[in-house]
Amino acid sequence: MEPAATQSAAPSSAAYPIDKVRASFPALERQVNGNPLAYLDSGASSQRVLASIQAVDRYERRHHSNVHRGAHTMSAEATAAYEGARATVADHIGASDRRELIFVRNATEAINLVARSWGAANIGAGDRIVLTEMEHHSNIVPWQLLAEAVGAEIDWAPITDEGLLDTDGLARLLERGPKLVCVAHVSNVLGTLNPLSEISGMAHQAGALVLADGAQAAPKLPVDVGELGVDFYALTGHKAYGPTGIGALWARLDLLREMPPFLGGGSMIRRVSRDGTTFADAPARFEAGTPAIAQAIGLAAAFRWLDGLGMEAALAHEREIADYALERVGEVPGLRVFGPPGGPERTGPVSFELEGVHAHDVAEILDRHGVAVRAGHHCAQPLMDRLGVAATTRASFGVYTTREEIDRLVDGLLDVRRVFGL
Amino acid sequence: MDELYRENILEHYKRPRNFGRPDEFDLEYEDVNPFCGDEQHVFIRLDEEGRVAQVSFEGKGCAISTAATSMLTEELEGKSREELLRLPKEFVLDLLGIDISATRTKCALLGLKVVKSAALGDAADWETEGLPGDPAEAERI
Repeated sequence: MEPAATQSAAPSSAAYPIDKVRASFPALERQVNGNPLAYLDSGASSQRVLASIQAVDRYERRHHSNVHRGAHTMSAEATAAYEGARATVADHIGASDRRELIFVRNATEAINLVARSWGAANIGAGDRIVLTEMEHHSNIVPWQLLAEAVGAEIDWAPITDEGLLDTDGLARLLERGPKLVCVAHVSNVLGTLNPLSEISGMAHQAGALVLADGAQAAPKLPVDVGELGVDFYALTGHKAYGPTGIGALWARLDLLREMPPFLGGGSMIRRVSRDGTTFADAPARFEAGTPAIAQAIGLAAAFRWLDGLGMEAALAHEREIADYALERVGEVPGLRVFGPPGGPERTGPVSFELEGVHAHDVAEILDRHGVAVRAGHHCAQPLMDRLGVAATTRASFGVYTTREEIDRLVDGLLDVRRVFGL
Repeated sequence: MDELYRENILEHYKRPRNFGRPDEFDLEYEDVNPFCGDEQHVFIRLDEEGRVAQVSFEGKGCAISTAATSMLTEELEGKSREELLRLPKEFVLDLLGIDISATRTKCALLGLKVVKSAALGDAADWETEGLPGDPAEAERI
């Protein structure tokens, strides 16, 4: 196997502090199967940034208590840290008011919250919901459940063969007067960056609201929910260098004010009596029970670290790596890449199929080289159906990904071909 | 790795035995591995005594699931439906003859699950096996 050293000689963008970034991620130091780890699975879950690990550790060691409860010092500290985390996450995505930011477990829970609360109150029999063909199951199944419960209809906005949203197709569906359009900000399979402001404009003109799934986008793009014009934005912590078990829903305050509770219990009430209950205002109304305090603090620390790096720099790095990966994997014989070509309409990940070898086997052999990728349907089976494949192999990137790791991916793919006698 | 992808497994993957939908069959079942989307459809033809005369399959899967099912189809002739339902997971793992991680065990056992489902006429359980993320698996790291 010839390492493609000459291909890596081109320096990364001069200003990007790749060494400093990589030193901020302890897991990147480890070896896997006798090789340095090349972690190309950040789209499934990114590695944890030290600043976030330390913030969680500090909180757990010294400040842990329940929030919004006692008058004692530690409860006040925990509450301040938790509410401070809310403000940080709200700022990170350009929310003008921190009350618009609800902590949830993950992007999936954020979308379920909207479906169960806003959806159940606003979508009824015969109403229509538009999803795109490139959605993750998290932005499909909650709507199918709702549609089944209330008798609503789901329309699928088509994608082009290149993997871009077909906006003419969307426009035709909008003529049917849907209540809601649900769309990924960035596709977790194709890397397509959907034009959210354009989509929001079209949807609003047709009288529909827009929910954006930002699980993939929040860690790699500057996000400003106001500029994007969306009504709901869901994100998750563990793809943004933070902990698992924490995510956020942003929603316009005027919508939140009208939305019924999601889960019932402690913290979300104003007054409970034997005869009934009145509910707290947002965000507390949607945060029943003791929240994931440490994880919220960990997510905020990760976003603060990202803001220090700069989201424009993170995006430029992501694009450079995605473009390089598209170019390099394209050199592997028998390999078919899915999604748009490199350029402004896409970021990572890069998903592909190697003719004659199932994605699982590709991933297993790459793992022996220390190269971690995801194989499977990526929780996007309708998209797999659209592409005509059962599974793909996906390399996804993070702020720490290097060109050398892409070269190792390509060397590993050549070894897969060798093992399978291709 | 070369152990996992040794020659007879790759041979069964590239040229699976008894592959394709037969014209006549008595039992059939189709199922997927929900973790990866691999699909297999198994067809069983029975003889006059109700024993397996021929097993064939089609579907999309990885080297492990395809090879395991391919090998399995060669070993079932003469078995009753009850005997099919009693086959232990080791039956397939021994056919493969390799060490296999907990995550790939699901791949290896898909065909057995579908064969049993065909015999049962309903979805059979997965054979008990280590789940992905089994702590015992993690301790090996």
